[in-house]
Amino acid sequence: MSYIVIVKEECATCQLVVPVLQALSEHVELTIYSQDNPGFPAGFEVNDDTDLAVSWRMNIETVPTIIKLSETGEEIDRTFGWDCAAWEALLGLELKQDIPAFRPGCGSMTQDPGMPEKLAAKYDRDLLKSRELSIASEEDDIEACFDRGWSDGLPVVPPTPERVMRMLTGTKRDPAEVIGVVPPDLVECSIEKIAINAVLAGCKPEYLPVVIAAVEAALQDEFCMHGLLATTYYSGPLVIVNGPLSRAIGMNSRGNALGQGNRANATIGRALQLVIRNVGGGKPGGVDRSVFGNPGKYTFCFAEDETNSCWESLSVERGFDETASTVTLFAADGMQGIVDQKSREPESLCRSFAAGLRVVGHPKMVLASDAILVVSPEHERVFRDAGWTKRQLKDRLMELLTISTDELIAGAGGIAEGLPEKLAGRQFPKFREGGLQVVRAGGSAGMFSAIIAGWGASGTIGSTPVTREIKLG
Amino acid sequence: MTIFMDPTSERSPEARQPLPRPSDLMGKTVGLLDISKPRGDIFIDRLEDLLIQRGVKTKRYKKPTFTRVAPTELKQQIAEECDAVIESLAD
Repeated sequence: MSYIVIVKEECATCQLVVPVLQALSEHVELTIYSQDNPGFPAGFEVNDDTDLAVSWRMNIETVPTIIKLSETGEEIDRTFGWDCAAWEALLGLELKQDIPAFRPGCGSMTQDPGMPEKLAAKYDRDLLKSRELSIASEEDDIEACFDRGWSDGLPVVPPTPERVMRMLTGTKRDPAEVIGVVPPDLVECSIEKIAINAVLAGCKPEYLPVVIAAVEAALQDEFCMHGLLATTYYSGPLVIVNGPLSRAIGMNSRGNALGQGNRANATIGRALQLVIRNVGGGKPGGVDRSVFGNPGKYTFCFAEDETNSCWESLSVERGFDETASTVTLFAADGMQGIVDQKSREPESLCRSFAAGLRVVGHPKMVLASDAILVVSPEHERVFRDAGWTKRQLKDRLMELLTISTDELIAGAGGIAEGLPEKLAGRQFPKFREGGLQVVRAGGSAGMFSAIIAGWGASGTIGSTPVTREIKLG
Repeated sequence: MTIFMDPTSERSPEARQPLPRPSDLMGKTVGLLDISKPRGDIFIDRLEDLLIQRGVKTKRYKKPTFTRVAPTELKQQIAEECDAVIESLAD
């Protein structure tokens, strides 16, 4: 049986226990490591741990820490700080000392701000498999990232090993785990590559599970990420986050939810786009052939406001428990407003919504794009007061958006665009079954809602929205 | 010196040479692959007319949807049955 003690001179509790260590060394085999001064404590043969290698490997959080080892060197038990009773229990000895029975310890130097990621990058580096690129010390870090083509046009956070290691603390998943194949180059994507791109995007480690779930969802065949990237259409991936995690990481679901200013909203959507760009090789002018793109292709991510809604959330509608946290990916264009400040009855407001939804893609285009209607609190109140469920709202919208093909055929209304004339005399719905989603978000003042139109290729010929649970393990 | 971790797939793709072009299509079979965009059939109909006039055999194929890459089975079938293929994109 032997014992290891980790101390630092700067710690008053470590200094306090020196007489205990002296008494102990007469009874047991004691190995002392000092984090700051190998000359402390005086009178002992002290091991130098100023590089913190031992402290890091032994996962020391507090000094002093005393660890009991078996004869084969395996840890049996440990205690930290100075708690006379706990030390006695660990040692199986009575410690008669003229010092207080209890003093809390001090923080281990391995826990100093910025230190865990430094030590992880130094001692756990073999966890990272990505190529290391050397940047000359005179080179500007941010410009170096631009030069290597890693940016979406805005500055990215340079992916140093320390930052990548810190990002990986956001998940317990193995950095080497491959989660899918990223288009257009169809290359395998590991958790590590996602973490590196999350660093570039500016994510905090706590966002990483959301980013991983978003990438997993984007790589499902039914989402059709390859086609969504390659299309001449406007669209790109939109991430809607539901569940308690969206609130825990401080996502914005209220005022300006679809806009700038919230780090989680901004960087999660951006990280997904950077994975497609950097891992998949999907770049504008390359496989991305969009005529216009849209501003959401920098980042498009928001949370649904579930706590104030009278309706079940998008994720519950899609079969998940309300305690689950999920991402839903949607192939989205930009946003179009729908302003109605006078409707106080659901029927009237539904008609306004339908008129706005009718023009998605083109007023004559049917069964092509999906759409998401983002209903604001003041608009939702109209339905809440009348006791309307989300289902009722959707059903009524689908009725109002069932359109006579006489209005849709080529030439109707003096517009050459349209359906073949042989389809005249029929009724077509604007959206495919399940192609219209309703979510609740936005600030508390303003009788506005928002329509997020979808890619012109929806359902089996293109993209179907995909929802995935966010795994925290 | 600063170290960055590479965010890319680290691929260094090998340059692949295209297969040799047939010097003459006479008596050969040309596949006509419609990617399922609107009016692709009009374009391919015209191509087919022109090829048949020149004594070239044709075979028609269609991708299930323009939004996804062609299924492997379809690519294999075209490779087996044709000497060349024209993939047509229309709108």
